[in-house]
Amino acid sequence: MARIELERLVKRYGATTAVHGIDLMVEDGEFVVLVGPSGCGKSTTLRMIAGLEDISDGVLRIGGEVVNQREPKQRNIAMVFQNYAIYPHMTVGQNIGFGLYTSKLSKPEKQARILDAAKVLGLEDLLERRPAALSGGQRQRVAIGRAMVRDPVAFLFDEPLSNLDAQLRAAMRIEIKRLHQRLGTTIVYVTHDQIEAMTMADKIVVMRDGRILQVGSPTELYEHPVDIFTARFIGSPSMNLIEANAAGAEIAVAGQSLQGFKAEHSGPVQIGVRPHDLVVGEAGGGGLSVTGSVTAVEPLGSETLVHLDIAGAQIIATAPGRVVPKVGSQIAAHAEPGALYVFDAANERALGRL
Amino acid sequence: MAALMTRPGSPELAANRRNIRPGRVMVWTLLFIGGVIMVTPLLYMFSTSLKSAGQVYDLRLIPAAPTLDNYIKVLSDGRFLRWFFNSTLIALCVTLSNVFFDSLVGYTLAKFDFRGRYLVFIAILSTLMIPTEMLVIPWYLMSAQFGWIDTYWGIMFPGMMTAFGTFLMKQFFESVPNDFLEAARVDGLNEFTIWWRIAMPMVVPAISALAIFTFLGNWTAFFWPLIVTNSRELYTLPVGLSSFAVEQSIQWEMIMTGAALATIPTLLVFLVLQRFIVRGVMLAGLKG
Ligand SMILES: Nc1ncnc2c1ncn2[C@@H]1O[C@H](COP(=O)(O)OP(=O)(O)OP(=O)(O)O)[C@@H](O)[C@H]1O
Ligand SMILES: [Mg+2]
Repeated sequence: MARIELERLVKRYGATTAVHGIDLMVEDGEFVVLVGPSGCGKSTTLRMIAGLEDISDGVLRIGGEVVNQREPKQRNIAMVFQNYAIYPHMTVGQNIGFGLYTSKLSKPEKQARILDAAKVLGLEDLLERRPAALSGGQRQRVAIGRAMVRDPVAFLFDEPLSNLDAQLRAAMRIEIKRLHQRLGTTIVYVTHDQIEAMTMADKIVVMRDGRILQVGSPTELYEHPVDIFTARFIGSPSMNLIEANAAGAEIAVAGQSLQGFKAEHSGPVQIGVRPHDLVVGEAGGGGLSVTGSVTAVEPLGSETLVHLDIAGAQIIATAPGRVVPKVGSQIAAHAEPGALYVFDAANERALGRL
Repeated sequence: MAALMTRPGSPELAANRRNIRPGRVMVWTLLFIGGVIMVTPLLYMFSTSLKSAGQVYDLRLIPAAPTLDNYIKVLSDGRFLRWFFNSTLIALCVTLSNVFFDSLVGYTLAKFDFRGRYLVFIAILSTLMIPTEMLVIPWYLMSAQFGWIDTYWGIMFPGMMTAFGTFLMKQFFESVPNDFLEAARVDGLNEFTIWWRIAMPMVVPAISALAIFTFLGNWTAFFWPLIVTNSRELYTLPVGLSSFAVEQSIQWEMIMTGAALATIPTLLVFLVLQRFIVRGVMLAGLKG
């Protein structure tokens, strides 16, 4: 087990820079998730940690030691790949045992480890099977098993669940999280799925264009996003944005004037409100009220997502499960005071809550 | 290659049986004629090998009085067995060498990025454009200089690695996903072990094809072994059999018997290895 430190880590591919000097501290035993849109440098960062990619600049420490120049095998890190990469010509047992190929354990000890891992992952009955005869979820578990037996200082996962269907993904999410609780090993996990990030992470790292935008716990990121990108990235459905104007402590939005804005910013702003905070129904006291025509509804059972057109802006509100407004009808929606996020329209940075 | 990889009795064949189009009839007819042309000499070879010397010019396909005498004579002749052994040894060594070195170089060219990689590849490929006839004299001079004339090594060395094999293996290794190799790298394997334990098993079909081609090519090689050997003990089977023909009057029935025996190893190699071609294609390990 070990802490992983990234210090101004840079990756260049010829003239293009994929990672622009990122700083990150992954504490011992922590579950850190890197999220961001496609091409933002998540995999590159992970591969630098694994030693599969040369580090162009900066310092990488694992367990306090600088490992920039070390081969992957000297870093004692295990990695699970998106497409599993389990060896087709070996049985499940051999695949799991392959993680121990270089270890000096005796044969019975190796066997015991393989069996242990197989038990944890529910693969005991499949040890003699070949990968071709496994389901996607089973294959991914074999890949995890191969990583587990090694007893590495850290696990790296690169979008391990993105090839699975939604149901299996949900189940595996829980399994990986349990595994982490059980083993207590440091995990760095890459995904572009914000639900995976929210549900599994101790700490989420939001990346974009090879830079880190924000680091924090899931709740911190949800409650206090530093900019519009993070705000819209975290939470599903994405946060609504409404154009508005700030003048000191007063903000004019959707035909109303909201008082008490503490940042005292003047100029164009964007007001963010999460669909779950914007509830269909008449206004209570204070907060934001909007009216608009319904353009679409998505009944989900427990609630209904209502798409509204308010003065040309498309937003999403929620209604309780059994309420399904008619498309084309005019309805009002309301957000409580404190549920609004204010962003500077010019640089998209967060200005505070309202 | 493609022909080697399809399996008989596939559902496609069954489905096609129903709609017989004129084009198809043409194709089948041509294939049939081709097949007859290919098979007839083989049949005559076996047939002649079962005839006695007097019957050779009696061109009936089924011998009037079949006899195994020729086989007994050939097999009890020490020279034949020696040539058979020479051919087997040489073809096996060259095949193993090709499987090893062609795939090692092919793998390196396919999976490692290094300065001049493209140049090396082009250089290897360009040797394909030089006909063997042009190389025989330099080979011979070289063998003479190094004292390789009339040695096994002298017969084998030109074929120990081939540009074609390297090219074939490179193409196949390129289709092996990097994730497999990287997973092994993270698991702590050294590069040689990764190649041997991970990459090689994934290109078994290509290896089988390469092995079949190389074995057959060397088993039937005639020109170079003829040139580089002087003593009869070092003749390969084709060279030896041809010497049957020049010596006394041509003993067709003996030549045909030798040739018939010579087909056995090639058949064996093909039967053993073609299974792997089919099985290899069905391997699966990635998300698919
Ligand atoms: N070998 C390479 N040569 C040049 N550029 C590369 C190379 N590998 C990656 N890149 C670039 O680096 C950037 C980051 O790639 P990376 O694979 O880390 O993205 P990612 O965040 O993992 O995206 P995804 O979610 O699609 O996997 C991309 O813009 C990509 O085009
Ligand atoms: Mg990626």
